[in-house]
Amino acid sequence: MPFALLKYGLKREYPAERHFPPQPELKSTYDVVIIGGGGHGLAAAYYLAKDYGITDVAVLDKGYLGGGNTARNTAIIRANYLTPEGVRFYAESIALFKELSQELDFNVLYSERGHLTLAHTDAAVRTSRWRAEVNKHLGVDSELIFPDQIRKLVPSLNLSEDVRYPILGALYHPPGAIARHDAVAWGYAAAAARRGVELHQKVEVTGVLRANGRALGVETTRGTVHCGRILQAVSGSSSLVAAMAGFRLPIHTVPLQACVSQPLKPFLDPIVVSGSLHTYISQSARGELVMGGETDPYGVYADRSTLEFKEGLIAHMLELFPFLAEIKVLRQWAGMVDMTPDFSPVMGKTPVENYYIDAGWGTWGFKATPVSGKRMAETIATGRVPELIERFRLGRFYEFKQIGERGAASVGH
Amino acid sequence: MKIMPCPLNGPRNISEFVCGGEVVIPPDPARCSAAEWADYVFMRDNVAGVVREWWYHVATAYWFIAERDTVTDEIIRTYPASELFSKRVVFTAPEEASEAGASEAGASGGKP
Ligand SMILES: Cc1cc2nc3c(=O)[nH]c(=O)nc-3n(C[C@H](O)[C@H](O)[C@H](O)COP(=O)(O)OP(=O)(O)OC[C@H]3O[C@@H](n4cnc5c(N)ncnc54)[C@H](O)[C@@H]3O)c2cc1C
Repeated sequence: MPFALLKYGLKREYPAERHFPPQPELKSTYDVVIIGGGGHGLAAAYYLAKDYGITDVAVLDKGYLGGGNTARNTAIIRANYLTPEGVRFYAESIALFKELSQELDFNVLYSERGHLTLAHTDAAVRTSRWRAEVNKHLGVDSELIFPDQIRKLVPSLNLSEDVRYPILGALYHPPGAIARHDAVAWGYAAAAARRGVELHQKVEVTGVLRANGRALGVETTRGTVHCGRILQAVSGSSSLVAAMAGFRLPIHTVPLQACVSQPLKPFLDPIVVSGSLHTYISQSARGELVMGGETDPYGVYADRSTLEFKEGLIAHMLELFPFLAEIKVLRQWAGMVDMTPDFSPVMGKTPVENYYIDAGWGTWGFKATPVSGKRMAETIATGRVPELIERFRLGRFYEFKQIGERGAASVGH
Repeated sequence: MKIMPCPLNGPRNISEFVCGGEVVIPPDPARCSAAEWADYVFMRDNVAGVVREWWYHVATAYWFIAERDTVTDEIIRTYPASELFSKRVVFTAPEEASEAGASEAGASGGKP
């Protein structure tokens, strides 16, 4: 590597390389059609091509690649969930994330920071201990720590007892990380396209062709496309697209908002989350403070921002970091997230044969991009749902076997 | 500030209210199958467009119905539940039919 770098440095010219190969016209038939060109759809396309040699694949997006929630999330990656199903699943994603820049030959700026979930009540301390024990049992590094240790990790945090909700402890998860979300989508897209996958932007799926309970293809704004298998990966639009295929989902679409401050010198290494105060914060590589909280209180299919969100968020943030009162908010935005009642995803087969689903990613799906792509590709290629994701089946709701992650996912994303 | 026109309290800040979800007529718990019950408890139409929902004014403990456009975020009309429900809905299932399914729904439904 250093020699290659030296050679590169001594070159006279640096011709720009196209990131995506030029795309052909949309064909009328493919082996696999993927609805939704977010991180999940693109990752699935990549692993279909790489792991299974399935390259007759078209990814269709009604907007632009990675322009949905993939572009809007706050990029938190962690595996400190509450249920064994969740912990195992997200731990595999972390393992894939760590190698991702190398695998895709594209820097996704994976940055391990450590993740703190603050506990301000006895109940929250109990949940932290519970999560730490489940995590450790499954080989995931998490522990319950107390204010003296928290102070060492985040010296700027207000640990005073003279506040409305004093900090009693925290769940500390050293592997917690952030990564550049756009790069994840672009890296998967380019690596998939190099293997022959087609990426078609501004193609909206408007209907799903079916006969005898089987999916045959999709209607799009650019004509009918027939295919052998379909993967739906459209996050906030999950219920709308599933309705085209003729089934319902346990999903409610709600905006989730976030904002960033003006850039500051680096002072905050770990990601800090407070469930009781409905806020979380991390500092990006550019120095901006990335801040967010809970989903909006009611469902809307629009990515608008509200003053209420910022007022609530910032009031709580100032309790944790009072000195931020002087700092300005630079940007704000929202995404439409697909919330499930148990805060776990819906993955695998559907009532329609050959039609697969990857949905219910709510506020927590960015970290799952590699693992869901890999495991959905396996499902589509082999026709068998791997054990790791089988429990996330749509059918669990008909068996009253929810996978309750609310305690680990409602604010910390 | 978004305003919710409450049929009981008049126009109030929407932060005083809780959205209770789509108005769905429950199947008869004594007679329906577990699948029908699960469908009622968990599955949603999640419409992009005009929806009819339960809303609750917290301070006065008052449930009512709102018609709302989920794409434009506009509240179209609000009215008392009595416009839709003229008869009392009875939820008590006969002894032999009250199994796990029914109690799950009570825990996560939370709607009148
Ligand atoms: C503010 C915010 C903060 C978040 N923070 C975190 C976090 O810190 N950590 C974390 O793990 N997760 C987080 N999330 C959640 C995460 O962003 C999502 O779960 C994840 O990005 C979903 O990826 P996706 O590829 O499934 O969906 P998307 O990236 O939304 O992609 C879906 C694509 O489908 C396309 N589409 C929709 N309908 C159609 C159609 N009919 N035809 C064709 N294409 C269609 C859309 O245009 C879109 O590009 C956050 C989300 C938001 C909004």
